[in-house]
Amino acid sequence: MKRVIALLMENQPGALSRVVGLFSQRGYNIESLIVAPTEDPSLSRLTMTTEGDTQVVEQITKQLNKLIDVVKVLDLSLEAHVGRELLLIKMEFSEKAEAEVSNLGGQVLFKDDNLLNAEFVGTSEELDEIVTSLAKLNPMEVVRTGLSGISSTAKTLTI
Amino acid sequence: MRSLQDEGIELVFGYPGGASLHIYDALFNQQAVQHVLVRHEQGAVHAADGYARSTGKAGVVFVTSGPGATNAITGLATAHMDSTPVIVISGQVKSHLIGTDSFQETDMIGVSRPIVKHSFLVQKAEDIPMIIKKAFHIATTGRPGPVVIDIPKDVTDPDYKFDYSYPKDIDIRSYKPVEEGHSGQIRKAAKLLLNSKRPVIYSGGGVIQNDASEELTSLVQFLDFPVTNTLMGLGAYPGTDKNFLGMLGMHGTYEANMAMHNCDLILAVGARFDDRITNDPAQFALSAKKIHIDIDPASLSKIIKVDVPIVGSAKTCLDQLLKELKKNESKLDKNKIEPWRKQIKEWRKEHGLNHQMLKDASNSEKILPQHVIQSLYKETKGDAYVTSDVGQHQMFAAQYYHFDKPRRWINSGGLGTMGFGLPAAMGVQLAFPNSTVACVTGEGSIQMCIQELSTCLQYDLPIKIINLNNSALGMVKQWQDMQYDGRLSHSTYEDSLPDFVKLTESFGHVGLKVEKPEDLESAMKKCFELKDKLVFLDVVIDEDEHVYPMLEAGMAMDSMWLDKKTKTWE
Repeated sequence: MKRVIALLMENQPGALSRVVGLFSQRGYNIESLIVAPTEDPSLSRLTMTTEGDTQVVEQITKQLNKLIDVVKVLDLSLEAHVGRELLLIKMEFSEKAEAEVSNLGGQVLFKDDNLLNAEFVGTSEELDEIVTSLAKLNPMEVVRTGLSGISSTAKTLTI
Repeated sequence: MRSLQDEGIELVFGYPGGASLHIYDALFNQQAVQHVLVRHEQGAVHAADGYARSTGKAGVVFVTSGPGATNAITGLATAHMDSTPVIVISGQVKSHLIGTDSFQETDMIGVSRPIVKHSFLVQKAEDIPMIIKKAFHIATTGRPGPVVIDIPKDVTDPDYKFDYSYPKDIDIRSYKPVEEGHSGQIRKAAKLLLNSKRPVIYSGGGVIQNDASEELTSLVQFLDFPVTNTLMGLGAYPGTDKNFLGMLGMHGTYEANMAMHNCDLILAVGARFDDRITNDPAQFALSAKKIHIDIDPASLSKIIKVDVPIVGSAKTCLDQLLKELKKNESKLDKNKIEPWRKQIKEWRKEHGLNHQMLKDASNSEKILPQHVIQSLYKETKGDAYVTSDVGQHQMFAAQYYHFDKPRRWINSGGLGTMGFGLPAAMGVQLAFPNSTVACVTGEGSIQMCIQELSTCLQYDLPIKIINLNNSALGMVKQWQDMQYDGRLSHSTYEDSLPDFVKLTESFGHVGLKVEKPEDLESAMKKCFELKDKLVFLDVVIDEDEHVYPMLEAGMAMDSMWLDKKTKTWE
């Protein structure tokens, strides 16, 4: 089962490597990972998606909590939550391509005679479908940020 | 240096080098902290670990950058697996050289990351006092563990001055270990204990680390329940008491393993259901409810799903539990478990360890390893600090030396580090200069840190080394005998062993050798009569002896080999 874990950690060198290292050390799999400083500059917020049954994910969150640099962990999969990721794409420019981007709900960010850059925001499943739909236009490059998430309940990941 | 003095540190083990020279110069100009110069950094970490395990205080190590740091890694991993408070302060190349592959540069923080509780790279001198305060707090509280402080040489520059003050208190927002157990869970646990007909208390190293032996003993005596200790937990409950079942697990006693397999309730305290205990987790104690007290939430339901998990320190939770039980004393019916006690007694009678083997030693052609441990026990009146290396000798010592007090049995349980015993004994002897310290070892293990014999001379450490010499890597050989049709692939030395008596003498100590069973006891006596000397007693033992009982891999805890031909399952 796919799980989304969000955590707050000290914004200092070495903290991220401890989190990532924990996953390889204990044989857990990271599917996606996204991290950035928060409005409180002493903290970074990280969202990751992983596969595992309840017992495995419970063990992952406990092990994450054990890291001294990790301040708080929330298993978003246990809460009502929303998750979004950003997809950027580069294609050869054509009117057909431009039309297809807007058709699929994307936004063109840059275009010239040769190239076109566009962005799409959505759930991971929506972006999977968009990638499939755009495949026929032979995109030159596709990049995805990985999922970022926030709970839709009173439970907040703040200190 | 000043921060260490202010933290109350009296003893440091180490080895100097380029990147730590400023620190060593500061060491030279003071008296408060004694430094012990080892012969290899691995020895320094094991010695600090032995000091920590026997005293409960943090052990401190100084190493230099590069090879100094990497040589400390085995020691750190050992301390990490057994959750002991060791602090390694490693020199690092100057800040501007980090990342340039400069001379003796190693990314110590990166290399040590998976085997420390936490680590710090010091970026400026002003941070040193706070980092040292934090390091000691993290290493010694909660589930203890090793901490690395990596200090670039420029940060220890003596010409750089700043306003020094050592912090009194510490608050780490992300680190607040829970001491007290949840009262509802304590009540549930008490109820299960009072209703149980076939209970076992299973306690581990956490009880010793947390100085909770007294609380454990009070609880066991109040309930009058059988209790077993893990390899790391020996001494937490008096080894000579009638309720003690001996060690459990891979080489645990028949009665302890049978009791675990057949019980209806397990109270686990400061133990972690590791694979050397449970054997196949899917077949582990299927008819038992499980209560688990541990300070580390990640230990709960990690391998075995438990019915009543309790997060908290062993000391506080056991005390809470005893109070709760006393409140309900009227419901305690000690007769209820009488049939269970009788059953355990029968198991012990059937296949329990023979603790009287020494009596018949003279009928034996060769000295058996069990004889040696029993002779050691007799000679030290059961009151020595015993360190050990890893292998058959370790298991024989755990089975046949009865530890009545905590912090007396010092061994590498989790990582299984050969070479641990001698340097660990140095740490213990330095902590307790007037106590008897014995290192039970084998001719394989002892050669892994033999260089520390030189340290022992420099600091007058009268350790007694009891070498169970079977001219083979005994435990490897045992597995090869049992599982590889006796193909002894590279587990013997083809007459290349050193003469240990001469070797010890060349280091300035006393060496003794004994080969005949009838000479064993007098040799042991002589060894301990030489109070002020380090004595290396080389005991030639039966090279074909195996350690039993032994759990059969992939099966339940009741599937044991009892000797070379007898097994408990079909």
